[in-house]
Amino acid sequence: MNWGQAIADAIALGSLYGLVAVGIGLVFGIMRLVNFAYGELITAGAYVLAYTNAWPAPLAIAACVAAVVALSLAMERVAFRPLRHSGASPATMLVATFAVSFLLQSVYLLAFGTRGEIVGTLGQLNSAFTVAGVDIRWIVPVTTATGLVLLAATAALLNRTGVGLHIRAASQDFRTARIIGVRANRVIGLSFVVAGVLAAAVSVLYTVSNPLVQPQMGVPITIFALIGVVVGGLDRLWTAALGGFAVGFVYGMCADLLSSQSSVYLPSVVYGLVILVLLLRPVGLFAPLRARTVERV
Amino acid sequence: MKGPARTAAELGGPLALVLLTALISGTLSTSRQLEFTNAIVMVAIVVALYVFVGNSGVISFGHVSFVAVGAYLAGLVTVDPETKSFTMPGLFPVLRHAHVGTLSSLALAAAAGGVYALLVGLPLMRLSGLPAGIATFAVLGITYNVLYYWQKVGPTAQTLTDIPESGQWTLSGGAIVVVVAAYAYQRSRYGRQLRATREDPAAARASGISIYRHRLLAFTLSGALAGLAGGLYVHQLGLITPDLFYLDLTFVTLAMLVIGGVGSLWGAVVGAVTISALNSFLGDAENTVHIGFRLTLPNGTRLVTLGVVMTLVLVLRPSGITRGREFSLGWLRR
Repeated sequence: MNWGQAIADAIALGSLYGLVAVGIGLVFGIMRLVNFAYGELITAGAYVLAYTNAWPAPLAIAACVAAVVALSLAMERVAFRPLRHSGASPATMLVATFAVSFLLQSVYLLAFGTRGEIVGTLGQLNSAFTVAGVDIRWIVPVTTATGLVLLAATAALLNRTGVGLHIRAASQDFRTARIIGVRANRVIGLSFVVAGVLAAAVSVLYTVSNPLVQPQMGVPITIFALIGVVVGGLDRLWTAALGGFAVGFVYGMCADLLSSQSSVYLPSVVYGLVILVLLLRPVGLFAPLRARTVERV
Repeated sequence: MKGPARTAAELGGPLALVLLTALISGTLSTSRQLEFTNAIVMVAIVVALYVFVGNSGVISFGHVSFVAVGAYLAGLVTVDPETKSFTMPGLFPVLRHAHVGTLSSLALAAAAGGVYALLVGLPLMRLSGLPAGIATFAVLGITYNVLYYWQKVGPTAQTLTDIPESGQWTLSGGAIVVVVAAYAYQRSRYGRQLRATREDPAAARASGISIYRHRLLAFTLSGALAGLAGGLYVHQLGLITPDLFYLDLTFVTLAMLVIGGVGSLWGAVVGAVTISALNSFLGDAENTVHIGFRLTLPNGTRLVTLGVVMTLVLVLRPSGITRGREFSLGWLRR
């Protein structure tokens, strides 16, 4: 087994999960809402790509981003906003995101069937180049670079702009932020837009390596990213991103390095590690040393 | 209402609903009967889940593990040993040779669920909030993974078949045991103390209540009831695969609990029965039903409609159909 190749693949997978983790963490930070339907945004983007194979790549990607952002906003407007206004308990909000996730999956099933569609956009990125005897597919550096650029852009938005300041204020203390004039719906809407853009990016990058699009493809992505968010630490975006990266990276490495005989128990190993980390550091692996647990949800 | 009358109503409401379901199922054709007995089993699973989630306020994504363990154990010990040595030669000798009746298998299932929950809960109940949710989910992931691949504990990805099936009375009897146990617990001193930690952890702790111990107790009891419910499930279906006990069942049972009303036993029962009934009705509607007029839904719309209805109920009534209240006859007097 080639270590260089395994590491390169694992970094790419880690970057993808890092992006998903930021999308989930951003919304969680403001609304204290774990959006289980996030993966269905990625699936929606993948379906858009699958049906625009004939289009030039930039156009297909633009359509994908537009559709996913629209869906993300619709989700917030139709389901989560009314719930927030009615003062629903965290358990209700969480189950509502299940319900939305389930609903979207069944819509995909009804509209597109179980057979699956194939995405061809950017398929040429699967060709490889060779560095020091290691074959690396183009998608690996592209994914990593895109991930870093998007993370930097999100960070810049949050840290350098007025509206970013509002978002940060709202995720520190939503009520107080509202009292001093932060407009709740706008801030939440914007965070769903950013989360949507990130989801669309994941659709584009993910389908290069995994071109088969099926109604339930978003579920494992959400679950692993969510595990990453919690393991990394859900109070801060960068810890969430690192957590997502770590889970993707470890999973990628194990999948490449373990023999097929023992790799059937790989999920158990990963879940066991997750439990261990949570027991030893419930605030998150990358949270600052003095951080305290968030007792919510 | 005064004490005894209130107890009678709060316990009687859920029991009456279970018995009514069993009674109606006796008058129906076989295929229709399966939908009703399935609803009874769902009541048992959701009430078991409620014992922990409802009383503690902590969400568990791991309860289906206990259902799975109960189901597999109750299934394996009731299958004829000769069949087992033929279809599952890799099984642990104890499991391969065991052959007991349905009732004993249900008791074993409850014991296994309880022990498993206790072992898992010992470390995990120190967590709360989302980390607790993710950790219990990790337990589910491990259980599913092991059942799917380990030949010593079952037929792995193959279907476990030839399990004796039970009628509606055994199943509803089991569900009644679960409901009564849940009610006895929530009215007991321990149940009240755990509910106090749910309402105000700081105040409860200041009154000398150990959150950890009470959560662990509820988790263990809840695991035992979930194991029993799993035993009922396997004897209702007659055959199982690991895929039955994973994400779908986890999400469906949590949705039933929250839609019914997470704060009350009545809510758990109503949620399970309502969603089961809706699911069966929509299944029929795809093949035309008569409800005053002919209703035919296009094929495949069942799941979409179910998703829309669940979302709508949550948005319009965030505290659930029962608003988290127990069953009461008070409205009769108004």
